[in-house]
Amino acid sequence: MTHPPRRLVSAALLSAALLLSAGSAGAEVVLHRGNGGEPQTLDQAHTSIDVEANVLKDLYEGLTIYDAAGKIIPGAAESWTVSDDGTVYTFKIRDAAKWSNGEPVTAEDFVFSFRRVEDPKEAAGYANLLYPLKNAEAINTKGMAIDQLGAKAVDAKTLELTLERPTPYLLELLAHQSALPVNKASVEKNGADFVKPGTMISNGAFKLTENVANDHITAVKNENYWDAASVKLDKVIFYPLEDQAAAVRRFQAGELDVNYYFPTDQTDYLRQQLGDQVHMTPSLASYYYTFDTRTEPFNDVRVRKALAMAIDRDFLSEEVFQGGQLPLYSAVPPGIASYGEPEKVSYAETDQLDREDEAKRLLKEAGYGEGGKPLKIDIRYNTNANHEKVATAVADNWKALGATVTLTNLDVKSHYAYLQEGGAYGAARCGWTADYADAESFLGLNISTNKTFNYAHWKNEKYDALMAQSYAETDQAKRAALLHEAEKILLAEEPVTSLMIYASPWLVSSKVKGWQDNAVNDHLSKFLSKE
Amino acid sequence: MPTLFAVVTISFFLIRFAPGGPFSLERPLPPQIMENMIRAYRLDLPLWRQYLDYLWNVAHGDFGPSYIYRDFSVGQLMMQSLPYSLQLGTYALILAVLGGVAAGVVAALRQNGIVDYLVMSVATVGVTVPNFVVGPVLSLVFAVLLSWLPAGGWGDGSARFLLLPTIALALPQLAVFARLTRGSMIEALRADHIRTARAYGLSRRAVVVTHAMRGALLPIVSYLAPCAAALLTGSVVIEEIFGIPGVGRYFVQGALNRDYTLVMGTVVLIAVFIVVLNLVVDILYAQLDPRIRHD
Repeated sequence: MTHPPRRLVSAALLSAALLLSAGSAGAEVVLHRGNGGEPQTLDQAHTSIDVEANVLKDLYEGLTIYDAAGKIIPGAAESWTVSDDGTVYTFKIRDAAKWSNGEPVTAEDFVFSFRRVEDPKEAAGYANLLYPLKNAEAINTKGMAIDQLGAKAVDAKTLELTLERPTPYLLELLAHQSALPVNKASVEKNGADFVKPGTMISNGAFKLTENVANDHITAVKNENYWDAASVKLDKVIFYPLEDQAAAVRRFQAGELDVNYYFPTDQTDYLRQQLGDQVHMTPSLASYYYTFDTRTEPFNDVRVRKALAMAIDRDFLSEEVFQGGQLPLYSAVPPGIASYGEPEKVSYAETDQLDREDEAKRLLKEAGYGEGGKPLKIDIRYNTNANHEKVATAVADNWKALGATVTLTNLDVKSHYAYLQEGGAYGAARCGWTADYADAESFLGLNISTNKTFNYAHWKNEKYDALMAQSYAETDQAKRAALLHEAEKILLAEEPVTSLMIYASPWLVSSKVKGWQDNAVNDHLSKFLSKE
Repeated sequence: MPTLFAVVTISFFLIRFAPGGPFSLERPLPPQIMENMIRAYRLDLPLWRQYLDYLWNVAHGDFGPSYIYRDFSVGQLMMQSLPYSLQLGTYALILAVLGGVAAGVVAALRQNGIVDYLVMSVATVGVTVPNFVVGPVLSLVFAVLLSWLPAGGWGDGSARFLLLPTIALALPQLAVFARLTRGSMIEALRADHIRTARAYGLSRRAVVVTHAMRGALLPIVSYLAPCAAALLTGSVVIEEIFGIPGVGRYFVQGALNRDYTLVMGTVVLIAVFIVVLNLVVDILYAQLDPRIRHD
């Protein structure tokens, strides 16, 4: 056996040392983001869920974006003007806005992107999000020609959007991932393959380099981004971790810097272990129960009110979710700037025991409970350990009123399919997440003509009229007042009753800087840095 | 072939009977948008027509688009994830067979001794403790507490990343092999031809390795086919716990999401594995047991 010459060994050691020191001097800053699940697509015309938004909003930039605090700020557009009647928005796209291949981002790209979303052949699931654009709905569902869409390129950098009616939340809508632009030339050339790494051309702070399903998505800094100078990360790697407990272990092992979703029933334990790195932000998402108002006994408002007020929301929040969800006594969650403080149900401040007495009184008045007609309720929920715990707790509250309660659960698809197809039920669990920060997103669910989401099959003419008026109102303050009136009616009638607001569970390493909790739950990597 | 055809046909119609569809979501789509999507995926055609189209496409190697993972076709998803599952499954299979057979032989030779009881208690634990317990415990101990190994992910595919998932995946099967081997080994050692061999004065080692083992391997080999099919086509539990991008999860996710084509793709894949592996086992069987060859 021969030994390698001494000189060679020392040369090798020296060069290795040089390599190492060079590596640490210009060390690449990589953010490892646990992302709560596998995106179903990176195509803005087909995206629908939050874990896609997290990736897409790093890759692309819309006309408006949410800043780290969740406030709307200019994105690809540097400014805009609104016509007096609120129906024409003119956006000035940044001169410096470029695609990752160096080509300028143009108004034409946005026109093409919005038309693509409304094209019935594209069959975009979220096409309705842009229905406020003139003729969008007619194009998408009634075969109107696609060039009739209310989106026009006045010149290369000026985009004019014409609306069906004033839409006070348009700037919020445009920050949604469905409204992100696609590169016209790339989509025309590559078709559905434009989303592939190596092919994708994007205009955001990062560009796609790898996408291995269920393993990772890698995005590197886009040097052509107009604000590249202020982007502090070189690379972001998203991990689609569906198993939340496994994601927590990887965060604890230091493999992840940020992680979206953890098992909320472990919040207390995680706070002990991880301290301030545990973030629970109230979001614009509600957890509610709906009653089938078509039939007895739920067609009687007294029965609905009694059942709604008997639910111990504090118990659900603290015992089932350990603070991972917060009690909600409004139809609209708080945190929407244009709406202000939401209305509350009459019993919001009443003690639980007093509420129970009042509930018994109401039921008796309606002829149910002790000595009256038997009250039988079936609670339906989609199969999930937490929903089961909630249903069990609610059942206990209702049994205390003398009701007989049964539980039925189906997997999530079957559950909602049943409700949407008009299946008869007693009470059922639902969840709703706002697509844009506006009260209408929640109040619009219970308009009687909303065939899909009005699970309660509730019809109140005054409510419908107020909502109709709100759509036509251009004055922000007057509109908010109309919506508040509508919310009061909804809370008095309670065809649906809110139980809790979802909190967004995030783990954020203390190494990560620039993080701010916000209700819209947007956290662009461009605002983050790492020590 | 007839088996595969039957599997495809039955599962094609079975999945369609499940309520809901690929596009029914927690927040449902407006009906007209739903119509656009159903048309785009040709789900508006009569079922028999969809079935014939599907057969035609599969016969031409096209498993169709995934309804849920839009950016990939079912074929691409399978091709991307199968190598991960095959690699992990192979390691787990080797570990399970070698470890299990070795443990079983040792236990059989020391029947009712301390080693036997120890091996069998561990094997019983291995069979009864599900891997969704073993996996997190391994990860918690070796990654979070000791920081020796990564908590999850495929990483660069090196041993560091694969060690824990391989053990978690192999353990229940290893236990089965150990129990099987012990049982058949004890039986084989009592057989007449072994007593004869011993009487001829052959060494203990020669008797065990060349004569007893051969007979004892038969039940093990017959268990090999279903075991290999299960390990090689991925385990949704292990994949979720360790973040392995394998094929196992598609079976479960496909079914829950009503991703018809994805479910069909995984069903066909698993069916092919089982059919092929059974064939391999039949051939091995004939090699091991001359009686079968002569039939």
